[in-house]
Amino acid sequence: MELIFEKSVPGRHGTILPRSDVPRANDLPAGLLRGESAGLPELSELEVVRHFSNLARRNFAVDTNFYPLGSCTMKYNAKAVDEAVRPFAGAHPVLPYLSSGEAFVQGSLGVIHQLSRLLAEITGMQAFSCQPLAGAQGEMAGIMMIAAWHRSHGQQRRFVVVPDSSHGTNPATAAMAGYEVISVPTAPYGDMDLDAFTKTMNNEVAAVMMTCPNTLGLFNPHVEEICAIAHRHGALVYCDGANLNAILGKVRPGDIGFDVMHVNLHKTFGTPHGGGGPGSGPVGVSEQLLPFLPSPRVTQRTDGSYCLVEAGEQSIGRLANFYGNFGVLVRALAYITMLGRHGLVEVSEQAVLNANYVMNRLKGWYDLPFDSTCMHECVFSASRQMKHGVHALDIAKYLIDRGFHPPTVYFPLVVKEAMMIEPTETESRETLDAFIAVMIEAADLAETNPEALFQAPRTMPVSRLDETKAAREINVCCQ
Amino acid sequence: MSGSGYCPQTPEQIREMLSVIGVGSIADLFAVIPAELRARSFELPDGMSEFEMLAGMERLAGRDRRNIVPFIGGGSYDHLIPAVVDHLAGRTEFATSYTPYQPECSQGTLQALYEYQTAICRLTGMDASNASLYDGGTALAEAALMALRITGRKKILMDAAVNPFSRQIVRTYLANLAVEIVEVPAVKGQSDRQAFLAALDDETAAIVLQNPNFFGGVDDFSDLAAAARDRGVLSIVAVYPLSLGLLKTPGEMGADLAVGDGQSLGNPLCFGGPSFGFLVVKKEHIRNLPGRIVGETVDKDGRRGFVLTLQAREQHIRRQKATSNICSNQSLCALRGLIFLAALGREGFAELARLNYDKAQYAKGLLGSVRGVLLVTAGPSFNEFTLSLPKDAATVSERLLAVGIAAGIPLGRWYPGMESCLVVTVTEKRTRAEIDTLATRLEEVLWS
Repeated sequence: MELIFEKSVPGRHGTILPRSDVPRANDLPAGLLRGESAGLPELSELEVVRHFSNLARRNFAVDTNFYPLGSCTMKYNAKAVDEAVRPFAGAHPVLPYLSSGEAFVQGSLGVIHQLSRLLAEITGMQAFSCQPLAGAQGEMAGIMMIAAWHRSHGQQRRFVVVPDSSHGTNPATAAMAGYEVISVPTAPYGDMDLDAFTKTMNNEVAAVMMTCPNTLGLFNPHVEEICAIAHRHGALVYCDGANLNAILGKVRPGDIGFDVMHVNLHKTFGTPHGGGGPGSGPVGVSEQLLPFLPSPRVTQRTDGSYCLVEAGEQSIGRLANFYGNFGVLVRALAYITMLGRHGLVEVSEQAVLNANYVMNRLKGWYDLPFDSTCMHECVFSASRQMKHGVHALDIAKYLIDRGFHPPTVYFPLVVKEAMMIEPTETESRETLDAFIAVMIEAADLAETNPEALFQAPRTMPVSRLDETKAAREINVCCQ
Repeated sequence: MSGSGYCPQTPEQIREMLSVIGVGSIADLFAVIPAELRARSFELPDGMSEFEMLAGMERLAGRDRRNIVPFIGGGSYDHLIPAVVDHLAGRTEFATSYTPYQPECSQGTLQALYEYQTAICRLTGMDASNASLYDGGTALAEAALMALRITGRKKILMDAAVNPFSRQIVRTYLANLAVEIVEVPAVKGQSDRQAFLAALDDETAAIVLQNPNFFGGVDDFSDLAAAARDRGVLSIVAVYPLSLGLLKTPGEMGADLAVGDGQSLGNPLCFGGPSFGFLVVKKEHIRNLPGRIVGETVDKDGRRGFVLTLQAREQHIRRQKATSNICSNQSLCALRGLIFLAALGREGFAELARLNYDKAQYAKGLLGSVRGVLLVTAGPSFNEFTLSLPKDAATVSERLLAVGIAAGIPLGRWYPGMESCLVVTVTEKRTRAEIDTLATRLEEVLWS
């Protein structure tokens, strides 16, 4: 498909702007002006509409295809949740910084405050800041709060401990906060190796970062013990909440000793993923970390009104232009409000049911490195298919031809040829069965006709793409 | 209530599925969680229908007051958004997909992001863009981190005329990295060239500037960028993208890195988010960029296609050695930016910038002539300018707010000594009548 720039016709005009109702001002000095106008496309509105409508048709999405991308919780996004944002779209974020300006945004401040309170109850943490703009930024806020907490105790520690199955954001976050990373291996039963962990711990460790349930889709029954060991060494424990969708109403990280956690609103709380974002990653803390939360904070006065408060000296400071990805916060509040207590518990129960169903139906065809009851996702290996030269990637590409978005492949790194399937709670048994049938078909083809898998996909606008060429002959902007 | 969580399985199906799994109940699936680790509380309200929820959200939104004429900016601007932006970005194939890890079934998002990168490069006059970052402030922080990595130096010189929120974000990001941040005070709303030149040394990784600056002043930083280059220092210029319909680009100034917030390009105010940040660089720095980058390539049959590229920079491959911890971007907001730019087109975008300029110049002339009011940014400006009032600006602002006008941002909070100053923003949406009313009301508040 042509680029929008290639469709441009010089002199064609798009959206008509209002006529000016003021006199034309004197021009700025030439030295302050751009040499020529920016090379934007010149198209009619219809041409713009066709272009983007046709681009949209080149995407798989939750609304068009089953999208079991593990670790990403691609659940259906209720349309009412999008509708909820509309009445908030006009709120100007600078108003709270004007004297008496808070009175103009009581509803918007209320969204942030109410959502923070609900997240605290859901996770068992003391308080939340909704400012982090994504999960990775929530992690960064968390590790920075931990660093600030150690500083407040006169300590400057060196290390952050992460399991080798963790999301890449965990070690990358630790590095951004100035820490060295210690990676702990995964034991044969799929949890962080407890002995190795215990030996790793020392008084130079600032934090331990755990994903709960972990990235293999398993709940670690020793998680409380791990928190206790970390605390004995004066370290704090961070919970990566990416997999919260499995444990709503079942487990609250705050109850079992986690000191900080983030939640991904775009995963667990049903907000659209937007082709890569915006997400949102509110961060919650236990009581001892309250003074370190990002600034500003939204609080409620005794008369019920909401206000914005610049946090004190110990706060890690500001993370975002304003108060976070507010539009995403509204959607998450709408989602939680609509589902309520029972609805959220049902989310986790059905997500776990669906994942175990897929796991059990497929384990005759694919290797299951950790064969125990899973939580909301399961991780297979294509190692059996490897004997026929078939990789996880080939199976992924075949799924595309059959109308399914592939699972996450090659993550977690600790599983060879990993295929991580997260069906989510919103998928019907019929969809799961259709997916399972195609996965079985792929396993059969791996033995009987691997070439069919190597050729996939054949039904998309493009066949397999040359990623090496993209990285070697860099072209990220058309001339 | 069954199905309250958008869960489609019937009781019969649930029974069958449990028997396939080989357990008796859903509770058995959670048996791995020891009793002592179970949730101690889950006191949430009961759920409700979407109709009740929406009515409740309308009530909450009703506590916001919208009967206000905004002359405030400060990083979030009240601009027109063509109807096609909502319509096209609302296509659920864009909204309900995710990061395009599987390129063959994500060419829509990938091509759109490649086009976005191209549009942002053309707007800024720079060589290479990533596929967006969270917002303008975090883009600036990532640019500062990039400069530290590239130069191996440990000092950042930052203009105090840069948006105070952005400066706070840079401080947060750099807090644990043993980096010195030196703020160069602005003089009368302008960057202090002598102070910058005096402070530049071989320890400096980058100078950080903003155009137009927080006071609204428009500048050409070519000289500072050149002086920086002579000392091996990188120049980072933060820009207001809509102003680039008119103003000299960071590329033309010789900047090494440019950043900005994309809210003004088709994203609603929405209480400050989501918007998107952009980070554009000279070609030689592309491998140091954080975040997703889309590149052009060909498929097995020689057809053009697009993929995420240079992924060896990123956290999911490189873990602690990645250029950033960033994972998601603001793809849908970046898409809105692209559609906005495409809808207005080459001429329309330049015209929009001109409209902002003309309206603001009219307002500047009018407000500057109100008795006792002085222009701090008497020199060149775009759609913002700073007034010095004969009274405390916060008090004046409060009184104008009471009559439905958000007249500007009082500066005292961030700039001690500037308590009488007010930054006024005039976008294309403000009418001549609204501007005239502001002038009249301001005069009344000051003198009656």
